Amino acid sequence: MPCEDLHAALADHAAHRAHPVAPPRPCACPVRVLADRPDGTVVRHGHLVVKAHAPDAGPALHARLTAAASPGLAGIVLRPLAGAPVEASGRLLTCWPYGTPVDPAAPGAAPWEETATLLARLHQAPPSVLGQAPPPARGPEKAERALARLRNSPLRGAAREAVLAAGAAVPVPPARTGPAVCHGDLHLGQLVRDPEPGGGWVLIDVDDMGLGDPSWDLARPAAWFACGLMAPEDWVRFLSAYREAGGTAAGPPGEEWRQLDGPARALTAQIAAQALVKAEQAARPLDEDESAFVDACARMTPLPHGPALDAAT
Amino acid sequence: MHCPKCHAPMHTYNRNGVQIEQCGGCRGIFLDYGELEALTRLESQWSQQAPPPAAPPAPQPPHGQAYPAPPAPAWGAPHHGGHHYGHRRDRGFGRMLFSS
Repeated sequence: MPCEDLHAALADHAAHRAHPVAPPRPCACPVRVLADRPDGTVVRHGHLVVKAHAPDAGPALHARLTAAASPGLAGIVLRPLAGAPVEASGRLLTCWPYGTPVDPAAPGAAPWEETATLLARLHQAPPSVLGQAPPPARGPEKAERALARLRNSPLRGAAREAVLAAGAAVPVPPARTGPAVCHGDLHLGQLVRDPEPGGGWVLIDVDDMGLGDPSWDLARPAAWFACGLMAPEDWVRFLSAYREAGGTAAGPPGEEWRQLDGPARALTAQIAAQALVKAEQAARPLDEDESAFVDACARMTPLPHGPALDAAT
Repeated sequence: MHCPKCHAPMHTYNRNGVQIEQCGGCRGIFLDYGELEALTRLESQWSQQAPPPAAPPAPQPPHGQAYPAPPAPAWGAPHHGGHHYGHRRDRGFGRMLFSS
């Protein structure tokens, strides 16, 4: 479906949900496309957003939506608005309250403690919230898919080899499932302020949520810290809050890398692989942040000819 | 620019404000005037800030106070001295912190 059609279907559905009785003249609600990616498109209309899920979201999405609406995840994951998902041209559409996201322009105000606390609470939630046939958390699958895309891309050179080698050398191959409810795709774009009165930060985007190894939810912040994108003091705040809230996936203080090294290597290789493919498609060099992940991959498995600094040659 | 040793093209990288040229062929590195001194200066700042080797793990410091650097993996970026983050704080987050 061409994206204009999908946007129009989303905008229509959002307007209808926001104004069940059509207003006499066009409303003054803010209307915006908040995200538009192959795995999900999100349109805001005033106080609500409508999301078109990935075409392959499948029946597992229903288990994930049921979990998001269950009392067991109240205050941890944003609760969808009442009403069954509707289908538009093969995509499931779901409806959510609009919540204010984390401000990318205010790093000092980043809710590191709140993010860690939400993860710790999620990891301690009863797996039964995901129903009789709980889907797996999709972190490991996404890491593998990113490496496969790099492997199948026309890109050649030392950077590609370093990233593929790093991905292949992850010490403990990830289990497909695990004991804990996991978010599956954590980053700072996955938190909003719950618009309910007195609501705090909550996690959004349940499309990758499922049972898994909870250390995979800590792996992306661990990779940011290891590659220099997250300040050491922020990493300490994050880890301390996670442990204080009862989270066990980081082990005892000072020993976090025993558990996080494998998943953080996998996430570093995933981020590097995505960066190389994107840069190649756009025919541009890697930026400084992207290079940091490729360089880290090169340090994981030193190549015979020395450090691989170059990106696409 | 071409490598004086093997004549392959050289690529430019910026690391913490230091301009580095690396040869795509033999991987030799070329530094401009003053860059070796800049690297030495960064290194000494790093070693001044680094904790002693046997430092105990970080015990939840109150925010904003000095604390021992948290453990990091050997494959991580070699600039966990605090220096690197000043300019990040000034220009905001990397967009990578907001994407899958």
